[in-house]
Amino acid sequence: MRELLTGWGRTAPTAADVSRPTTAGQLVTALAGAPARGAIARGLGRSYGDAAQNAGGSVLSTVALDGVEWADEQAGLVRASGGTSLAAVQRFLVPRGWALPVLPGTRHVTVGGAVAADVHGKNHPVDGSFGAHVAQLTLALPDGVHRAWPAEDPDLFWATVGGLGLTGVVLDAVLRARPVETAFVRVVTRRLADLDAVLAAMDDAAAGRHRYAVAWLDAMARGRGVVAGGDAAAAGDLCPADRRAPLALHEGRHVAVPSWLPGVPMPPAAVAALNELRWRRAPSAATTTVEPLERFLFPLDAVDGWNRLYGRCGLVQYQFAVPTEAADLVGTALERLRGAGCAPFLAVLKRFGAAGRAPLSFPIPGWTLALDFPAALPGLAVALDGLDELVAAAGGRIYLAKDARLRPDLVEAMYPALDRWRAVKARVDPGGVLTSDLGRRLGLVG
Amino acid sequence: MNDAQGSPQTVLVFGGTSEIAQSLLRRLAARRAHTVVLAGRDPVALEAVATQLRVVGVTTVDTMAFEATDTGSHGRLVDDAFDRLGDVDLTLVAFGALGDQAALELDPAAAARLAAVNYVAAVSVGLAVAARLRAQGHGNLVALSSVAAERPRRSNFVYGSSKAGMDAFFRGLADALRGSGARVMVVRPGFVHTRMTAGMTPQPFATTPDAVAEAIVRGLETGAETVWAPPVLRWVMTVLRHLPAPIFRRLDQR
Repeated sequence: MRELLTGWGRTAPTAADVSRPTTAGQLVTALAGAPARGAIARGLGRSYGDAAQNAGGSVLSTVALDGVEWADEQAGLVRASGGTSLAAVQRFLVPRGWALPVLPGTRHVTVGGAVAADVHGKNHPVDGSFGAHVAQLTLALPDGVHRAWPAEDPDLFWATVGGLGLTGVVLDAVLRARPVETAFVRVVTRRLADLDAVLAAMDDAAAGRHRYAVAWLDAMARGRGVVAGGDAAAAGDLCPADRRAPLALHEGRHVAVPSWLPGVPMPPAAVAALNELRWRRAPSAATTTVEPLERFLFPLDAVDGWNRLYGRCGLVQYQFAVPTEAADLVGTALERLRGAGCAPFLAVLKRFGAAGRAPLSFPIPGWTLALDFPAALPGLAVALDGLDELVAAAGGRIYLAKDARLRPDLVEAMYPALDRWRAVKARVDPGGVLTSDLGRRLGLVG
Repeated sequence: MNDAQGSPQTVLVFGGTSEIAQSLLRRLAARRAHTVVLAGRDPVALEAVATQLRVVGVTTVDTMAFEATDTGSHGRLVDDAFDRLGDVDLTLVAFGALGDQAALELDPAAAARLAAVNYVAAVSVGLAVAARLRAQGHGNLVALSSVAAERPRRSNFVYGSSKAGMDAFFRGLADALRGSGARVMVVRPGFVHTRMTAGMTPQPFATTPDAVAEAIVRGLETGAETVWAPPVLRWVMTVLRHLPAPIFRRLDQR
């Protein structure tokens, strides 16, 4: 059935024929019979931009293809179907004393989507990105089912990690879990008065002080921020009540954004006030608390449909990464945006460690800054085009899985291994059946 | 593909020598537009526009002969343009004629020709484009209407009525295309200083092709269904539309 689709940012809607295969066989058949404008898989629709849209073609929803089981319990290897949400994988693992080593900022993404975006968490310097913990992939391609195992076809495996769904639909993945003693994290929180102090604190955390580290920046007030460092909590860290059930998963309460919200984004003054409140609530001296893992990792999951707070025109998330030596670009970017009257509503800074092997994987050693804006903010389009150039010149890149507006002429500079990826794409999908709005817009596919 | 901020990469223009179209294309070229097809009547003038666009960085510019009154050719022409461009992110309907009201009143055949260009041809081009947009599942269609479409005036009702027809057509088409991925924007400029209006007495709230183009770019960013240029005309016309006829006539005669 033809449906209008957007990404999580609710920008640039396009129409596609959406089908919801309930078996792997149905998905393979649908892919083999894809229309002239091709097909792309779509999971839970959490990509901000147009990665899971395919105008005029076919979109294969994978959410009915879910299920999780042990592949090898002793080794902590878990097999999950491509449409399984990370929330479901965690519900399977955590009560059994295991957890996924890399989790993004929301649990409402599918395993297939996490592979296709090669998502990262707040622990990248220590644990790398999602693809580093994938042992095997089974893919559906137009000519049938392929085993993409790192030992058998490393090129296809690594092209699929971060490959935006364009080199095959993930039917199932074998993931390496990590043993955990509790479902809690020990969090050290501290507010800092300016960006330099935030960067120094994040550097400290990355230098081995903490496994997880993230900084929230008040981009409307010159980059002051709140830094949170986290580590897996031991049973002894828990309060007596939690000690009785240390592996109980606390997904936390969540509220929904009301449906009667006006079509306009929150006014900047209200955002500034909320930022002020958030900053003041954070402790000025380092303070340790013990929090449920899921609440620490998934702060955004506390509000269902939070993307609607940005109004009818939607939101753009601009996430870039720059090498360590270009750290000043973090401050420069915030300053330029403020100067253009486009201060982001939300700014989150993280540290990246060593890059993975996947040619289109986003993380490179250095810094990553994620910025949220109302998409139709006057002057934003031009301001972000200018930032694209600075990021590319500094040897950095934009996160393609979140992109909705990158300058297509800069993709090759940002992803120098793109040709290597294209060669694999041409080998496994010579007819160019797997395609998406993002692939077309950025010229990734022919 | 259009991006999240409404910037197209491929553009098809009917009425390629329109000054508003040229001004819009220069702005789009500065963002993402790399391929343009210009359809129009005067091949020499089209080629001049094409040359200017290449200078500002549009890598591929094609021109096509387009005769508004030859509605039988429109379907084939639209198909040809879409086949050349692959996907068309933005289609601009910018052709039209103003005419001289006094002369048109004395020449019914000329008045009918003007109506055929401004309204009938827009219907046939609009429907042919809409079919292709449905198939590709995305794309913006921008139609240059006029503030004159809002309420007939003694001084230009032949033109105004033809624009009223095309304006109503594209608003209806916008509703018909809901859910198809395609979007329609109707643009209602006031008096614009162009070749078409050279020598005429400017009306209040007169504007320029650049200002109209700027308003269209902003409209693409916000996904607007109607764009007024200058924007204040939305409110001015809301008042004028509801004025009792005797008062409106008195204002119109001044």
